[in-house]
Amino acid sequence: MESLPEHPGFLWRNPEPRKSYDVVIVGGGGHGLATAYYLAKNEGVRNVAVLEKGWLAGGNMARNTTIIRSNYLWDESAAIYEHSLKLWEGLEEELGYPILFSQRGVLNLAHSLQDVRDSVRRVNANRLNGIDAEWVDARQVKEICPIVNISPDVRYPVLGATYQPRAGIAKHDYVAWGYARAASAMGVDLIQNCEVTGFEVDRGRVVAVRTTRGRIATGKVALAAAGHTSVLAERLGLPLPLQSHPLQALVSELLEPVHPTVVMSNAVHVYVSQAHKGELVMGAGIDSYNGYGQRGAFHIIEQQMSAALELFPVFARAHLLRSWAGIVDVTPDASPIVGRTPIDGVYLNCGWGTGGFKATPGVGWCFAHTVARDEPHPYNAPFTLERFTTGALIDEHGAAAVAH
Amino acid sequence: MQLIACPWCGPREEAEFHYGGQAGVAYPENPAELDDETWARYVFFRDNPKGPFAERWMHSAGCRRWFNAVRDTHTYRLLRVGR
Repeated sequence: MESLPEHPGFLWRNPEPRKSYDVVIVGGGGHGLATAYYLAKNEGVRNVAVLEKGWLAGGNMARNTTIIRSNYLWDESAAIYEHSLKLWEGLEEELGYPILFSQRGVLNLAHSLQDVRDSVRRVNANRLNGIDAEWVDARQVKEICPIVNISPDVRYPVLGATYQPRAGIAKHDYVAWGYARAASAMGVDLIQNCEVTGFEVDRGRVVAVRTTRGRIATGKVALAAAGHTSVLAERLGLPLPLQSHPLQALVSELLEPVHPTVVMSNAVHVYVSQAHKGELVMGAGIDSYNGYGQRGAFHIIEQQMSAALELFPVFARAHLLRSWAGIVDVTPDASPIVGRTPIDGVYLNCGWGTGGFKATPGVGWCFAHTVARDEPHPYNAPFTLERFTTGALIDEHGAAAVAH
Repeated sequence: MQLIACPWCGPREEAEFHYGGQAGVAYPENPAELDDETWARYVFFRDNPKGPFAERWMHSAGCRRWFNAVRDTHTYRLLRVGR
């Protein structure tokens, strides 16, 4: 038998968990890894463990449609998403690792007069926040993305779109690996196959986590578990305004480059880009029921494909290669919750719902600040758990651009 | 597509139904007396278990009646349906 080639070099160490850490991050997805990286890099906190119940970046980080943009409506959202986009623009150099970040622009289509009004308002709000945004009419949509059907004869004709040229896509796995490699090199322990099964809280302060690989003492626990946050919070006795839903996406087989940008449509509902390799990547709205199954119902895909075909008749003969679902944690106002909790030493990063990937660098930066200094970064200060009591909601259902 | 057993119409395709979220959430008896936190709990907070969950469903493309079901949110299997 021919000898196998040597295994390529590993990107990160694979250590045994130690008995204690200054900070334990629960969840080894994009957000957890980015938080670990910025804890070490920006805050000088290197005695950190990232605990992952499966393998690194195997949850939503492996299941999203990799769209990156910052064209959100409200000032609070614009600030944190734009902070994130600026970090994306330098991330490849920062991590010394290729992430295939491609600023190919995003079109958010408008199909009704109300869509048009909302979109123009959002463009104006974006501009006031220094975010590149323009309103383009149907003809300009066709110039930017020639395969979009702008015929007025369809049920929901394209009336125009918002356009953010700096938006784009990146290779999700490489982003996670880049952060993991850099965090590991700075001393962060990345521990896979290690599920957190409980917490020890003493007089209102967390002192340890219990895991499938033993007890780990720590004074600070940072939750970055996306769709499973409610499961962890229940073990802390902490009710959260979250509902976990399946969110489906799919890819076609590899095709010639036909789709030069990213197109999202709220009204007919699909969002599409073409990955570097050539697959068409298409996302759906959430499945309506609560679900932790990482799969959804086929009629959702059917609706998504009918939308895709109305917008892109050229896709008619493309074959579906794979479909899957992630578990997204949705809040009532479609904005995240990032900050402290009523339990000292427990910090929340959740509720990113359908749009967490784009926030990876930005929230990692801000969450690391919050955890290290026990006070929120100005960019995540508005995204408290208390806003559901005070009423200071940040309603981004429009700009979230995924139906839920 | 999953079949859901409507208690009045029998098994029908999932696409005929509308999801209503957690069952058994009662409107507060004296809403004016609630403090903000309790009101927030009523308005915004719902259980989100991984496992059996008591839910409301409506057969929106059929008899248009609401009913209760217990469904496992991990396997998606409907465990019980009741009027």
